[in-house]
Amino acid sequence: MYNTFKQMLLDAVAGFGAVALFLLRIFGQLPSALLRPRLIASQIHNAGALSLVIIMICGLFVGMVLGLQGYDMLERFGSESALGSAAALALVKELGPVVAALLFAGRAGTALASEIGLMRATDQLVAMEIMAVDPFRYVVAPRFIGGVVALPLLTMIFIAIGIFGVQLIGVQQLGVDQGTFWSQMRGSVEVEDVMQGLIKGCVFGVACSLIAVYEGYTAAPTAEGVGRATTRTVVNSAVITLILDYMITAVML
Amino acid sequence: MSVEHSTTSNLVEIRDVYYSVGGRDIFQGLTLDVPRGKITAIMGPSGTGKTTLLRLITGQIRPSRGQVWVDGQDVSRLSRPALYALRQRIGMLFQNGALLTDLSVFENVAFPVREHTKLPEALIRHLVLTKLQAVGLRGAHGLMPHELSGGMARRVALARAMVRDPDLLIYDEPFAGLDPISMGVILRLLRNVNDALGMTSIVVSHDVDEIALVADISYILSAGKVVASGAPKALKEDQSPLVRQFMNGLPDGPVPFHYPAADYYSDLLD
Repeated sequence: MYNTFKQMLLDAVAGFGAVALFLLRIFGQLPSALLRPRLIASQIHNAGALSLVIIMICGLFVGMVLGLQGYDMLERFGSESALGSAAALALVKELGPVVAALLFAGRAGTALASEIGLMRATDQLVAMEIMAVDPFRYVVAPRFIGGVVALPLLTMIFIAIGIFGVQLIGVQQLGVDQGTFWSQMRGSVEVEDVMQGLIKGCVFGVACSLIAVYEGYTAAPTAEGVGRATTRTVVNSAVITLILDYMITAVML
Repeated sequence: MSVEHSTTSNLVEIRDVYYSVGGRDIFQGLTLDVPRGKITAIMGPSGTGKTTLLRLITGQIRPSRGQVWVDGQDVSRLSRPALYALRQRIGMLFQNGALLTDLSVFENVAFPVREHTKLPEALIRHLVLTKLQAVGLRGAHGLMPHELSGGMARRVALARAMVRDPDLLIYDEPFAGLDPISMGVILRLLRNVNDALGMTSIVVSHDVDEIALVADISYILSAGKVVASGAPKALKEDQSPLVRQFMNGLPDGPVPFHYPAADYYSDLLD
């Protein structure tokens, strides 16, 4: 029992070490990767623009549910007029960054991991190495940058659509006063709150993109290996996102 | 010992190399030479480490003992930048082509040129189309890799491998699974490219008859060592049991037909 626990701990530390070294190697290739704006733009498109529909649909429905539940709760205390500020704060500080990160891991993260894993399985990464082209420069770093740029943008879009969803239910359907809704929101949401959401979006962007490219790059070169890498990307991204969320919240509150 | 080595008539020299993976010994004192300007074939039954040898030569893995000299440099001791500089003079044809799936045929062939040179676009186009013409696929330059057949993909990969006129061209199982036409194209190109451009070629294959047509020298590997070497014709007449079994495709011999197992009858009666 003790030995198993010790081994698990050692494996976890070794795993973090490997990911940290991987990140350092990415940083080493960032300057040359940044000189390829077209490659980076196409990766921002892949990770960001292609995730836009799912982010917008989910943002809308999360906002609408928040409108219904928030109204139901606040009505019990006779303070349904606070729906705007309560929902906006929840979306800006928590739900927006976290749900967008989870969706990002499921859509863009898995796509990144499986794409790089398949490149490994079909010898494309080795072929690049033999052609004296570092795959970190051509494959890993641009995809990492694409994810890091895309997630904060997706988070902000998710929040904006979410607030629209709350308004749709709260104001249009349940009859909260339009003026009160928006003025309460403007009065209570500070720049710091938005910054907290944005910082979370950036941190989650780094974490989820790093996990995706790491899992893809280190995938076993088989169909099963690529499948496992994809699964691990989603699971690890979700767990790390929630742990980081707690840590950032604890530091910033 | 220094990383530099006196330049000899051999482009590649493998010296007393030991390599094992997962507790299994792949090479036990392997020594062989690849002469400059010649086509050298590496043959042997499956699992004898032919592809591993290519990975050693290209510096993807390092031997646990011994030296791998490529053009006077010990590959196993080179730093990453020095290894990348050496690899710029090596081209490799992978068994499955290993074309970059997000680039067109043209861009795949242009890839090494774009990455390592700042040539004007017109010259890159000229270079790429010349190489594609050599493999008969100039007309396919706009296709994507998923639109190519296996044989076409390998020919594009060959065009990419030789686009920068490397000193050493390595072929990993170039004939495996090819139709006779593609095989003929690859065979002809192998010889022509080697002679016309003064390259050195290493071909890993177990297609005995095809190798006999093009190779200048062949090595047969078994149990981590070279068991026979020489001109393909001489090997055909070699009388040692393993060489005879391999060259004539006999199902049983020193390389047993059956994977080690318990007694057949007692297994059935159990």
